[in-house]
Amino acid sequence: METFVPPVPSRINYINAQYGLKSWLLTKDHKRIALLYLGSISFFFFIGGLYAMAIRLELLTPQADLLQSTTYNKVFTQHGIIMVFFFLIPSIPATLGNFLVPMMIGAKDLAFPRINLLSWYIYMLGGIVTIYALLAGGVDTGWTFYTPFSTTFSNSYVVATGLGIFINGFSSILTGLNFIVTIHTMRAPGMTWFRLPLFIWAHYATSLIMILGTPVIAITILLLAFERLAHIGIFDPAVGGDPVLFQHLFWFYSHPAVYIMVLPGMGIISELIANFSRKNIFGYSFVAFSSLAIAVFGFLVWGHHLFVASQSVYAGMIFSFLSFAVAIPSAIKVFNWTATLYKGSISYDTPMLYALGFIGLFTIGGMTGLFLAALAVDVHLSDTYFVVAHFHYIMVGGTLLAYLGGLHFWWPKITGRMYPEGWGRFSALVVFIGFNLTFLPQFVLGYMGMPRRYHVYPAEFQVLHVLSTAGASILGVGLLIPLIYLMWSMRYGKVASGNPWHLPGLEWRTQSPPPTENFDYTPVVTWEAYEFAPPEEMEVVGKFRDEVAEKV
Amino acid sequence: MAETYVEHEVSHPALQHHFENLEQQREAGTLGMWVFLVTEIMFFGGMFLAYTLYRSKYPEAFAIASNHLDIKLGAINTAVLIFSSFTMAMAVYSTQVGKRRAQIISLVLTIVLGLAFLGIKAVEYYQKYEDHLIPGSLIPGNPFNPDPHAMHLTPGVSMQHVQMFYWIYFAMTGMHALHMIIGVGLLSVLLYFSLKRRYTPEYHNPVEVIGLYWHFVDIVWIFLFPLLYLLGRHLGGHAG
Repeated sequence: METFVPPVPSRINYINAQYGLKSWLLTKDHKRIALLYLGSISFFFFIGGLYAMAIRLELLTPQADLLQSTTYNKVFTQHGIIMVFFFLIPSIPATLGNFLVPMMIGAKDLAFPRINLLSWYIYMLGGIVTIYALLAGGVDTGWTFYTPFSTTFSNSYVVATGLGIFINGFSSILTGLNFIVTIHTMRAPGMTWFRLPLFIWAHYATSLIMILGTPVIAITILLLAFERLAHIGIFDPAVGGDPVLFQHLFWFYSHPAVYIMVLPGMGIISELIANFSRKNIFGYSFVAFSSLAIAVFGFLVWGHHLFVASQSVYAGMIFSFLSFAVAIPSAIKVFNWTATLYKGSISYDTPMLYALGFIGLFTIGGMTGLFLAALAVDVHLSDTYFVVAHFHYIMVGGTLLAYLGGLHFWWPKITGRMYPEGWGRFSALVVFIGFNLTFLPQFVLGYMGMPRRYHVYPAEFQVLHVLSTAGASILGVGLLIPLIYLMWSMRYGKVASGNPWHLPGLEWRTQSPPPTENFDYTPVVTWEAYEFAPPEEMEVVGKFRDEVAEKV
Repeated sequence: MAETYVEHEVSHPALQHHFENLEQQREAGTLGMWVFLVTEIMFFGGMFLAYTLYRSKYPEAFAIASNHLDIKLGAINTAVLIFSSFTMAMAVYSTQVGKRRAQIISLVLTIVLGLAFLGIKAVEYYQKYEDHLIPGSLIPGNPFNPDPHAMHLTPGVSMQHVQMFYWIYFAMTGMHALHMIIGVGLLSVLLYFSLKRRYTPEYHNPVEVIGLYWHFVDIVWIFLFPLLYLLGRHLGGHAG
C-alpha cells in the first residue's frame, strides 16, 4: 500500500530553515558550507575538464594543429593546477567530509563553524586569483613549478598563480584543523574511537597530512615568489642556491597530497563496500590503522620523484624501499574490502558500482606505482605517459570514482531526493569504460617511450592517442549525465526517507535533509560501526523518531 | 528510551550553540591552537631546512655574515621576549584566579614588551639597510652591495654566499616579526575584552589560547637567536 508522499519535505531542515543569498553566504552550518564547496568545486572541475579536452583534441594528430607549443604548455599546466589544487585536494573532504564528519560522530557542527566558512572564502579567493592569472596570460611551468625554469626563464604568470595556490592552501589547513579537533572533542556520548565509521578514520588521517604538509608548500611557494621577484638566490645555482631544494620541498607536500586526494576516497569505499554488502567490514582496525599508516609513510617517500634529479643513489634506494612499503597499507585495504564482499548480500546500486570500479582501478594505479618506485625501471619510465596513466588511475580512477560513488550514496541525505537509479548505473558504466579507454593506451604509450608534456609525436603513436581521445570523449559524456540528472533530481527526484538504504550509521538515523543541528537531541551511541539490524530495530535519533514510531 | 538523550545544560552566555558545555568548548579551543602551532612548525620548518642546507654548504660565508649581526641588540631582544612570555603566563594565571587588575597589567606589559621587540628589530633592519645588506633587488634602488672590508670578507669567500645568509636571516626574522605583529594585535583584542570584563575564572579560554600562540612565537626566536647570531661566532671576522 503506497502512502501519500508530499511533493516537498515538510519538516524544517537545513535547506529550508532560512532563505536568501545572505543566509547562504554567511552560514555557519557545515552542511550549507559543504554545498557551497560542492558548487564551487564542480565549477573548477568543469574548467579543468575543458583544458583536458583541449589536450586530448590536440593529441589526435601527430602534428601541432589545434594548439602551438606555448599554448599547449599553458593548457596542460593549467589543467594540472586546477584539477590538483582546486578540485582533487578539496573534493571529498570539503564537500562530503564537511557534510558528514559532524553527522557521523553525532555532533551539531564542526568545532569551529566560523573557521569553516572562512576556509570556503579563502578557497574562493585563491580560486579567483588563480583564474585571474589564467586569464591574464596563463602559466607554462607545469603544475610542479620546477626551478630554475619557473624562477628565471618562464615568461608567464608564475607569481600570480603561485599566490592563488598559496592562499588556497590555507583553506586546506583550516579544514584539516577543524576535522582533527572535531573528531577529538565533539564525538557523541558512546561514540568511541573504534565505533567511528571508517570514513572518519580516513578523514582523520587526511587531516593529519593537510596540517603537516600544506604549510611546507606554502613557504615553498612564498620563497619561489621572492626568488622570482627579487632574485635573491634561494633556488638559483648562479649565486649558490640549489634548484633541487625546491623539488625536495615541493614533493614533501605534493607526494603526501596524493594521499590527501585518495585517503578520503578510501574512506568512502569502506562505507560503500560494508553498507552494500550489508556486512560488518572485514578487519575494521586494520582498515582504520592502514589509513594512519598511509599518512605516516606518505611523508617518507617524496624522494621517488627525484630518482633522475641528481639525488644520491643511496637516498634513491631508501626512498625506493619506502615507496614499496607504502603499498602495504594500501593493499591491506584492498584485501579487506574484497574479504568483506565474501558472503555478503551485495546489491549493485550505483554507489556500489563506483566502489567496485574503484577497487579495480585503484589496484592498477597502485601496482603501476610500484614499477615507478623501482629505481632502474623508473629511469626508463620517468616523465613518460606511463607516469601520466599511473597517477590518473589513482586520481581519476580512484578519487573521482569514490567521489561520485559517495555523492550518489549520500545524495538522498544531502538533498532529501533520490537520484534516478537506472541513469546512475548507466553513467557509472560509461565512466568506467571511458576512463579505461582513455588511460590504458597511455601505459603502452609511455612504455614505448612517448614523453609527457609534448604535443607533437612520431606517427606510430597515433593509433593509441586516437583511442585515448575517444575514451576521453566517452568519459566526458559519462560525467555530464550525472551532472544533468543530479540537478534534475533536486526538484523531481523521488522523495527520500531518513534512511533510504536501511543502514546503521548515525547520519541515517535523522531525517533527510537533516535539521540545522543534525539531531533533535544529542544521540547516545550504543551500537558498533556497521552493526546491521532489521530496519525497524535501528533506532532513529531525536524527535523524528517519534514520527517514525507513529507511522509504524 | 529517554536515557539515550542528553539534555542541554543551562548555558553560559559565552557557550556556542554547537558545544554541549564550556568544558568541551575549552578543550576544542585549546586543541585547535595546538594543531595550528603544529602547522606553524612545519611552515617555519621549510626555512630551517634551507638554513641547514646552505649553512653546511657555505660555513665560512655564513660565519662572516653572522658576525656582522648586532649581537647586543639580538641579546636584548631575547631577554625582552622571554620576559614577555613571563608576563603572558601571569596574564593567563591572573585570569584563571580572577585577579582582574593583575590580568590587565600583565596584558599591557606583554603588549609593551612585544612592541619593544619590534622596535629593536626595526633598528637592526635599518642598520642592515644602511649597510646595503638587503638581499637581491627587494628594495628598489638599494641592491645587495655591502662593503667587503666592513664585512671582513676573507679571500675565497663569495659575497653571493653572504647574501645567501642574509635572505635566510630576513626571511626567518621577517616571518617571525610578522607573527609578533599578529600577536600584538591579538593581545590588544584580549585587552579590550578584558576591560569589558569578559574573561572570568569560568571562561578564559581565549586568554589561554593566545598565550599558547605567544609562547610559540617566543620559542621560535629562542631557536633563531643562536642559529643566526651565535653559531660559528668564533670563526673568522670581528663582531659587527
